[in-house]
Amino acid sequence: MRARVFVTLKPSVFDPQGRTIVEALHSLGYDSVEDVRQGKYFELDLATTDEGKARALAADVADKLLANPIIESYRIEIG
Amino acid sequence: MKFAVIVFPGSNCDHDAYYAATHVLGQQAELIWHKDTSLRGADVVVLPGGFAHGDYLRTGAMARFSPIMQEVNAFAAKGGPTIGICNGFQVLLEAGLLPGAMLRNKGLKYRCEYLNVRVEQTDTPFTCGAEVGQILHLPIGHGEGNYYAPPEVLQSLEANRQVVLRYATADGALDAAANPNGSLNNIAGICSEGRNVVGMMPHPERACEPLLGSTDGLVILESVVKALATA
Repeated sequence: MRARVFVTLKPSVFDPQGRTIVEALHSLGYDSVEDVRQGKYFELDLATTDEGKARALAADVADKLLANPIIESYRIEIG
Repeated sequence: MKFAVIVFPGSNCDHDAYYAATHVLGQQAELIWHKDTSLRGADVVVLPGGFAHGDYLRTGAMARFSPIMQEVNAFAAKGGPTIGICNGFQVLLEAGLLPGAMLRNKGLKYRCEYLNVRVEQTDTPFTCGAEVGQILHLPIGHGEGNYYAPPEVLQSLEANRQVVLRYATADGALDAAANPNGSLNNIAGICSEGRNVVGMMPHPERACEPLLGSTDGLVILESVVKALATA
């Protein structure tokens, strides 16, 4: 079973890369792009077919390593 | 007195730290590979600058799983003087030995230059030879030195006097122009609650001989020699 983990900086944390990207987009004329937040994306292949277990395992892995809880939050998609 | 300089794959200031400890300070030092499981009787632990584990995932994120870090944790917990310089500071944050985290520099640029930091606290083993308010001219070289901590953590750091160094102008003013990376409260270095663990972004080991452009790094390095001699 595959878990997808999206890690992003918390909304309260300034994202200098996202800011630079949105400014670049504005300079290209994409004024309707109001904000960009850059993050990381992970695909985990898990040895389980149980969605609940897969979600719990992915959350455990994200808490322990993939995200730094001081500055980042994450979202998990299964399947 | 013996320094242990931890060598992670990707460390690149390990030999500078070793050189400063031995050739400049005249002390013993040993380079210790990250897979070792003993600090070999060291009195001071240095986590050097560089790019441990290639900065994969996040700066310092993988280093906390290196076997030697269990020994470093135990050494720090017993009150042993431990310093993380630049990438070593990032490792200390990821390992939970110091509070907070590093973000990409506000201007996104890798900043490599000499600047000034103001000594805020002198009751740590790495600043006990300095005076409060003393300005140190030290080099930095980093892309992720933008110190961040949640508001309540920042408040407790300030209340406990754990901010040891701040980016400042040559005359000691703390303004935004003196801050190279966007760090909260111009923070360049902090210590643990027990005050024996210090993390700093500037490189004292790169400023310990006149040929290097400054000898102010000696204030930091000689402090720990003094601290241990009088302990």
